[in-house]
Amino acid sequence: MTNLEKYNKAFIRNLGVKKEDLPGLKYRGIPQWDSIGHMDLMADLEGEFEIRMDTPDVLAFTSYEKGKEILAAYGVELEEQE
Amino acid sequence: MNFYEEQEKNREQVMLITETGERLTYRQVYKLAAEMLHFVPEGALVFLFCKNQPESIAGYLGMLQKGIVPALLDPGLEKDQVRELLRRYRPEYCLYPEEIREKFTGMEILWDNGHYRLSKTGETPDKAFHPNLALLLSTSGSTGSPKMVRLSRKNLQSNARSIGEYLEITREDRAVTSLPMQYTYGLSVINSHVERGAALLLTDRTVFEKEFWEFVKKERATSMAGVPRTYEMLKMLRIHQMDLPDLKVLTQAGGHLTAQLQEYYGTWCADKKIRFYIMYGQTEATARMSYLPWQKILEKPGSIGIPIPGGRFALADEEGKLIEGAGQEGELIYYGDNVSMGYAACRGDLEKGDERRGCLHTGDLAKRDTEGFYYITGRKKRFLKVFGMRVSLDMLEEIIKKQYPDRDAACTGMDDRAAVFIEKKPEDREAELEEEIRNFLSARTRLHRSAFSVRFVSRIPRNSSGKVQYAQLEKQL
Repeated sequence: MTNLEKYNKAFIRNLGVKKEDLPGLKYRGIPQWDSIGHMDLMADLEGEFEIRMDTPDVLAFTSYEKGKEILAAYGVELEEQE
Repeated sequence: MNFYEEQEKNREQVMLITETGERLTYRQVYKLAAEMLHFVPEGALVFLFCKNQPESIAGYLGMLQKGIVPALLDPGLEKDQVRELLRRYRPEYCLYPEEIREKFTGMEILWDNGHYRLSKTGETPDKAFHPNLALLLSTSGSTGSPKMVRLSRKNLQSNARSIGEYLEITREDRAVTSLPMQYTYGLSVINSHVERGAALLLTDRTVFEKEFWEFVKKERATSMAGVPRTYEMLKMLRIHQMDLPDLKVLTQAGGHLTAQLQEYYGTWCADKKIRFYIMYGQTEATARMSYLPWQKILEKPGSIGIPIPGGRFALADEEGKLIEGAGQEGELIYYGDNVSMGYAACRGDLEKGDERRGCLHTGDLAKRDTEGFYYITGRKKRFLKVFGMRVSLDMLEEIIKKQYPDRDAACTGMDDRAAVFIEKKPEDREAELEEEIRNFLSARTRLHRSAFSVRFVSRIPRNSSGKVQYAQLEKQL
């Protein structure tokens, strides 16, 4: 599985969304991505990529796209794959 | 004097601070309330859709002061849920934030300041409610259940005073509103701070927003309240590494805090000279019934502490006989002035008087230790506390069976996770059906989907008389 697939799966699994919902998805933009959903998503991503995110990054993780930038800073490359 | 009355000594004291830095003194809050409620007579019922905003708190305090009864509701309720509540309770007025105005079409607007609106419903109920009734609170938060708890002035005042006393709240304190106002625990933070002439930092943001922490730091919050999930989140955010020099008090209620979290917070708070209070309560007791004094947090893992000032606990065995001494489990019974008058399900119930007479059978099983500290050991009835909200497992079972009438189903659970057991069929695509059920329950209860897990079983175990064998199901968890 590519990193992007793992990243997408974490959203799908924790927030109960479909793959086509992911672009533009924002924190508190849907009922499932509330503070509880956020905690589960962050914990899952940390486990999946074996990283520990700093507090400012957990707070800055406000959208599907923003999350990609944040993970990149931890060396997790989410290359677009065809 | 009751906390909600305007008091001379607090007139120029700041009560409310908003995220934009606006400050309202106690005098200004009561002035706002007087303007807003100018047309509302004593004895009216008002649906108040709460936000942590000045209008919501001013309206609430002003209504209590004027003898108007507010029913505090979640602004996120769906239009049909609001309609059903309006039909059952027939309030004469609604006070609501602008952004949900489409739920109140066709009502005459009496007051509007751009943030909040007061509308007249057109209802003219013919009967007065009981003279002691002061407030209605929902027990189930966002599910839209019509069941409300009837609270008196004495209930509110005694609980506010006793909380203010054991938390040692002072006029210099500034509590950040980290919980919704219509939730009994969130409201108790407001009541107890107003009782002591303290200030409230108003926000509806979650702890996962950087604006929340900017506000906490800028306005130097001294205390914060949370349910167990909040404390899981704060640990994930590594609160122990944050620079919060003004923070003096943390409180926890709304369910069981795990032993690991109790130790984590006990250790960190001892080091930082923060008082951490574990507390226990129910809406039926206005809010609080017990607290664990902060000095005992590391010494008494799992304890809900001792009764609040003015309250008393008793334990009763299955025959109703009182249990003296330590170590034996029984139903926890609470006595105090904060025990509510009873429930309501419709307007007619508001005429009822005090049905509990200061005694509440909590439905929780507990034991005490030799030093008189109490521990919850289980529940007599089938309820879970999910994210601070009480959820009836029987109700979950009922809505699942209604949605999937051709399958047998049963619900059980632990702490804040509900488990749904459902009969499987050969044609099932389990992963998809599981998602469907979790999303369905989440939509119906308005609780996060992570609260629900689904297990497929060939049959639900029942005994010869058809009763579900929950113990067998619980073994599978």
